[in-house]
Amino acid sequence: MMGLAPHMLSNLVVLALLVGLLGLSRWVRRRRIWLESAQAIWQRRRLAIVVIAAYLSIALLDSVAWVGGVPEGVADVLPNQSLSVLDRLFLDTREASYSAPFADFEWTGGEALRHPGSHVLGTDILGRDVLYLALKGARVALLIGGLTSLISIPLALLFGVTAGYFGGRFDDFVFFLISTLASMPGLLLLIALIMALGKGTFSVCLALGVTGWVGFCRLSRAETLKLRELDYVEAARALGVSEVRIIFRHVLPNLAHLIVITFVLTFSALVLSEAVLSWLGIGVDGSWGQMIDGARNELSRDPIIWWNIGAAGAALFGLILAVNSVGDAIRDVLDPRTARTSE
Amino acid sequence: MGAYVLRRLGYGVGVALGVLFLLFVLFFTVTAPDDIARKALGEKAPQVAVEQWKANHGYDRPLWPWQDWDDNLLFDHYTKMLTFDFGLSDADDAPIMDRIQAGMGPSLSLTVPLLFLGLIVAIPISLLVAFFRETYIDRMGVFICVLAMSVSTLLYIIGAQFLIGKILRWYPISGFDADPLLLPRFLALPIIVGLMSGIGGDVRFYRTVFLEESARDFVRTARAKGAGEARIMSHHVLRNALIPILTRVVLAIPFLFTGSILLEAFFGIPGLGSITVDAIRANDFSTLRTMVFIGSLLFVLGQLATDLSYGFVDPRVRFE
Repeated sequence: MMGLAPHMLSNLVVLALLVGLLGLSRWVRRRRIWLESAQAIWQRRRLAIVVIAAYLSIALLDSVAWVGGVPEGVADVLPNQSLSVLDRLFLDTREASYSAPFADFEWTGGEALRHPGSHVLGTDILGRDVLYLALKGARVALLIGGLTSLISIPLALLFGVTAGYFGGRFDDFVFFLISTLASMPGLLLLIALIMALGKGTFSVCLALGVTGWVGFCRLSRAETLKLRELDYVEAARALGVSEVRIIFRHVLPNLAHLIVITFVLTFSALVLSEAVLSWLGIGVDGSWGQMIDGARNELSRDPIIWWNIGAAGAALFGLILAVNSVGDAIRDVLDPRTARTSE
Repeated sequence: MGAYVLRRLGYGVGVALGVLFLLFVLFFTVTAPDDIARKALGEKAPQVAVEQWKANHGYDRPLWPWQDWDDNLLFDHYTKMLTFDFGLSDADDAPIMDRIQAGMGPSLSLTVPLLFLGLIVAIPISLLVAFFRETYIDRMGVFICVLAMSVSTLLYIIGAQFLIGKILRWYPISGFDADPLLLPRFLALPIIVGLMSGIGGDVRFYRTVFLEESARDFVRTARAKGAGEARIMSHHVLRNALIPILTRVVLAIPFLFTGSILLEAFFGIPGLGSITVDAIRANDFSTLRTMVFIGSLLFVLGQLATDLSYGFVDPRVRFE
């Protein structure tokens, strides 16, 4: 990134994210429909929203990083390496051992530990603290869900809205493209793309985005087809408002609730499919999926090593459950169709 | 009607050709034949060996028709795939068709019971949940569904293998035997896992369908006539909800043949899912693209069958 260290870029992203969240909350507060929806969602799913906020803040703590300022003994091992706030919290308890939660002695060999009971969730086979790894996975999971949505939702909107609004040959082409992509088995297309693009966080997100935009593209196209025929759109057209302005002022705002619902509901699906990709060996480094996959065979040891897979599984489950239940509430509140049927 | 069938058929063929083109772009241009050869031979293989490998596997020709009209990989790819001449595996030179034929049986022996058991379990539960709509039973049911959907399939598999296979020792952890007496013992665990991981989404889907049907006018009429709630559920709601349920089942049929990648790989079932995973692990590009093509083709056929049956049943579809 042109002389910009990776940790500085990540700090900037955190800053941008915080500014964006602040702007979004101000924006929501100024619009009555969105404010009331947000309040209704908050009243229905307080706990789940708090859980998501906790995951988000852990991920942000893991994204703010700087070089230096580490104690003497550690600086020799990691010279000039940027460490995040989360890394710094777990510096002291680093100990190359393999131990159970709250253990006083090493699991293999039985030697006494230097810091007995300091590993709340034990360590893995390489001596890394399991709690630390599980917390670090939050950043990866949110990155997968967030970055992929940033790729797939604009892509879907671009094709879906223009195809639905302008129709004609372009619409035929987009519809053909969607049906072609939709007919390919999702996981296989994903794997083929990653094998073609190479491994790594960005290419995994790109592949997930390219395979995931189809459903929302179809939805936004269908919705635009309906909106195009509405009286106020026709009135705007009669008044000579430009097509671009009609799309931005009259079509896109009416798709906003669909964007929010799709974002939340695909988020959990994305994180879950990354776990499957990790098992296939093409996942993202440091994800919960990789932790689960790595600890899979540890369960067959005697005595059983359960804390590894348990921590990763619980962290994954907690996030997905929270997102799914908030997603349900969001859909109930925002989607006029479900609001009608549940009356 | 004839025009509709022809138009729909033409569109299906078009989509299949489009899939083949995408496959060509992915497996011949983005990953060039040189990359495939190097993945098979190792990064440091000499150029001579790479050329030899490409010649042996038929990758040594020009890619596009404008380079050589009579002998190019694009036309070759189309003719071979469309005539089901899938050729040899890139990894071990075994005929791909033989493998697919051998894998179809094991895949079906897992997916067919899974589909029917899923219906048998999910429909009564969702009827019950829809019957008690807007009560605590309904809310609990929906919450349990969300809970069940939030667990990664990997964890279901590992958990079931650990708990039922290792600790309780009810069923073998993994394996397969075509002997009809032994088969159920080996299939028990993957079927349990498949049911657990699918039930949440299924129950929620069927519940929505049932709730939509129970908001219809004829349900109100039946209630006004004095029909009991149980009779309304079974005669008015379930019967009418069978159409969307049937659509979902018909659309699932193509995927019965391609099997389940995760379940087959973890439980050692030598079906098409296992073949796919082996192909991914071995960088076997020719097998992988064949599997993608077969999956897409089955999907296109399934859609075609659904649309045409709609066309026969519902005259409105034809004139659209």
